[in-house]
Amino acid sequence: MDIFAQQLINGLVLGSIYALVALGYTMVYGILGLINFAHGDITMIGALVALTILQGLAAAGLPAPVLLVIAGGGAMIVCAALGLSIERVAYRPLRRAPRLAPLITAIGVSILLQYSAALVWGKQYIALPKLLEPSAIDIAGAQLTTLQLAIFLLACAIMAALLWFIKTSRMGRAMRATEQNPDVAGLMGVNTNSVIAFTFVLGSAIGAIAGLMIILYYGIGHYFMGFMLGLKAFTAAVLGGIGNVGGAVLGGLLLGVIESLASGYIGDLSGGVLGSNYRDIFAFLVLVLVLVLRPSGLLGQQNGDRA
Amino acid sequence: MNIAALFNDRHYRWFAWGAVVLVLLALPFITEAVLGRSWVRIIAVSLLFVMLALGLNIVVGFAGLLDLGYIAFFAVGAYSYALLASPQFAVHWPFLLLLPLGAAIAAVFGILLGAPTLRLRGDYLAIVTLGFGEIIRVFLNNLNRPVNITNGPQGITLIDPLQMGGFSLAQTHSFAGLTFSPVHNYYFVFLVCAALTIALSLRLQNSRIGRAWVAIRDDELAASAMGINTRNVKLLAFAMGATFGGVAGGLFASFQGFISPESFQLIDSIMVLCMVVLGGMGNVAGVALGAVLLTALPEALRYIGPLQQRWFGGVLVDPADLRMLLFGLALVLMMLLRPEGLWPVRRRQAGKGNADAG
Amino acid sequence: MPADILLAASGICKHFGGLAALSDVSISVRRGEIFGLIGPNGAGKTTLFNVLTGLTVPDVGKLTFDGRRIEGLKPHAVAGHGIARTFQNIRLFGSMTTLENVMLGRHLRSNTGVLGAVFRTRAAVAEELAITRRARELLDYCGLAARADDLARDLPYGDQRRLEIARALATDPQLLALDEPAAGMNATETAALKALLERIREDGITLLLIEHDMKLVMGLSHSVAVLDYGEKIAEGEPEAVQRNPRVIEAYLGSGFA
Repeated sequence: MDIFAQQLINGLVLGSIYALVALGYTMVYGILGLINFAHGDITMIGALVALTILQGLAAAGLPAPVLLVIAGGGAMIVCAALGLSIERVAYRPLRRAPRLAPLITAIGVSILLQYSAALVWGKQYIALPKLLEPSAIDIAGAQLTTLQLAIFLLACAIMAALLWFIKTSRMGRAMRATEQNPDVAGLMGVNTNSVIAFTFVLGSAIGAIAGLMIILYYGIGHYFMGFMLGLKAFTAAVLGGIGNVGGAVLGGLLLGVIESLASGYIGDLSGGVLGSNYRDIFAFLVLVLVLVLRPSGLLGQQNGDRA
Repeated sequence: MNIAALFNDRHYRWFAWGAVVLVLLALPFITEAVLGRSWVRIIAVSLLFVMLALGLNIVVGFAGLLDLGYIAFFAVGAYSYALLASPQFAVHWPFLLLLPLGAAIAAVFGILLGAPTLRLRGDYLAIVTLGFGEIIRVFLNNLNRPVNITNGPQGITLIDPLQMGGFSLAQTHSFAGLTFSPVHNYYFVFLVCAALTIALSLRLQNSRIGRAWVAIRDDELAASAMGINTRNVKLLAFAMGATFGGVAGGLFASFQGFISPESFQLIDSIMVLCMVVLGGMGNVAGVALGAVLLTALPEALRYIGPLQQRWFGGVLVDPADLRMLLFGLALVLMMLLRPEGLWPVRRRQAGKGNADAG
Repeated sequence: MPADILLAASGICKHFGGLAALSDVSISVRRGEIFGLIGPNGAGKTTLFNVLTGLTVPDVGKLTFDGRRIEGLKPHAVAGHGIARTFQNIRLFGSMTTLENVMLGRHLRSNTGVLGAVFRTRAAVAEELAITRRARELLDYCGLAARADDLARDLPYGDQRRLEIARALATDPQLLALDEPAAGMNATETAALKALLERIREDGITLLLIEHDMKLVMGLSHSVAVLDYGEKIAEGEPEAVQRNPRVIEAYLGSGFA
């Protein structure tokens, strides 16, 4: 088996999930300048809701695609409602507060979500009932499972749809206007409050799908799973140029590939001194390098006065 | 009469400060009598967090550099101490050497980690420092192979307590009819260290260096045009903050006798940041207060377990989880109700001592 | 008027993307004079200021200040050589008091480090005292003494402009570069500003001035340079520049000539 091709495939699939989560970070950051620290945990909630639905309906004998649509839909509804209420209750009152205040609130919300999930689902790992029998396709000496292919294609479709939506729709135009200058957008008749609320709903719903994908991909869920995922997705967003939707996609895919390749080869490269348990630091090493060389990210505007 | 005025009044200030000192000296004994020894430990730990929070306050509060990986310096200080005063390498250096050494190593780390972030602003800086914090922890967790340095996730045990000559803080001593258990001993050492940290912070704040920090926080570009070498001033903030963290880490290692990477997670960095923000960024007294409150709050929430038992006849919610839930809720409510912190910096006392200058 | 040149910029070019903000601009400022830099909005005046003070690195060009080459130096190093500036969009340290803003300006001319501050060494205490004294003198000089303990962000607009000047003077500059100091001021404030600027020059500091108030800049300046679309179109004594047909055409318009 070709290790390089295999890691590349794994990386792209994982990266497409990172990218979906990164979209949530980048859209909110673009509009509010806020690191929505709780976004990873919203994804976690989506994952666990989907998992619960799948568990509950596993015995119902429905065909797998129907099950997945129900689980995904349920997770999206829950997450969208969650995102909407979090924005309303925790962030909106702080729009004009000192810069660190909403970040602290976001951290508080993140903790709340994690431990609410711990209350509901417990702290143990929860396994997904066996639903699919993925078959594998051979590509260049590597294996691509149908599940991987489905995840990757669906992620790409969602991202393409989002980009198209933001570019062409009325709401997309309002989002871009609010991002440029919320005050002016407001004066021009854009209801910035509803634009911001919509952004949270959209980001959270996409996060829910990412959560479902993670559940299907790894087969287990956990109340703390949103933490590392969120961190990496945020890294991906920054890598691509935070606030830039295309950048989030690029950053997510790149990060997934880099992480996969690096953890696949680190043992050989370091003569066995470092093992794949160092996997989680690559994200950050890459991030530091990119930021030092190009502080605004790959696709970000070179804007000296940011933040 | 206004309490603050009491501390400024020429006649009463000695009295007021004397009362504060007396209360602080008596506190562990009163606490032990009323709440039990575990609370003496909690207030001792809260003093360590005062040091940590004031260290982070230099970076975030004074210089305006949002650092989400600050606990790494605490870890560096703790591991520096632990490795050189434990059976791990079978060396047992004296703490009078180790604490400054740990501070120096932490300062070097502060500069090493600060240097690549100098050009970054705001949120980018936050995420990179967060990354550094995680990287340090990953290394601590994995540097047990191929050569065992940190002993990995098991951590380091049997760390030497603070001792001088034959006097060990880990033993119980009797003095003037009072019993000083190890926790009491450490409380007093930490009290002195925390007081020194507060004094250092205040002196730095009201100095040329402190002004330069606030200037780059307010407007970095204007500061550089006014002749501030922003690179050096930022690195100095990172180094000073790390130094405080390093000393606190060394004290923590000797106090606990055991450390592992578990104690140095992102949530701990966040906790320290919250202390700074809750207290009121940049306000030394506020930050110290924030540290004490936030150390005590989660501990106080532990009592919820037994209360549930009494009210509902069973534990409905795991108290540890409920504690975290309430902590998260407290953070949100706090920011919604008082976003500038409990004790915001209203107006710095400008030109203290100008009376003599004028 | 002594003829020696304090600041010489020659052949300065600066592009932002495809836009030429400055193309081949040269000016020379004589020691002890007030040099006015005028031009329509977007002519490149502030960019030239940023180049002179190290905030922007020119693509090409030479900068000589007091006999030393300063192009490519960091802003703080330029300030160290003796160029201080104010900003068009006032940039004070808002959370500091008026006095502290000026004290900050003394940073460059003092050297207490961490140890001095922490141990309150005799030298550190003496230096802090000297800083405070000098800062108060400068507040007096700029008419801000009564505002010493107010937060800079709470000052009225005109006071903020003068505070920027006081802060810049605290760095002991040889050249003080002012970016539209009279912007937003009323007639009384402008007259007071004019007196202040003349006094600063009498005290031996060379002034470089961007200003839109033509009466002020023509009344104060010994030499004037005119920028238009990033090019210098005229330089010389105010009277000559005012009569220059290119200037009239490009900028001043018929109303002035």
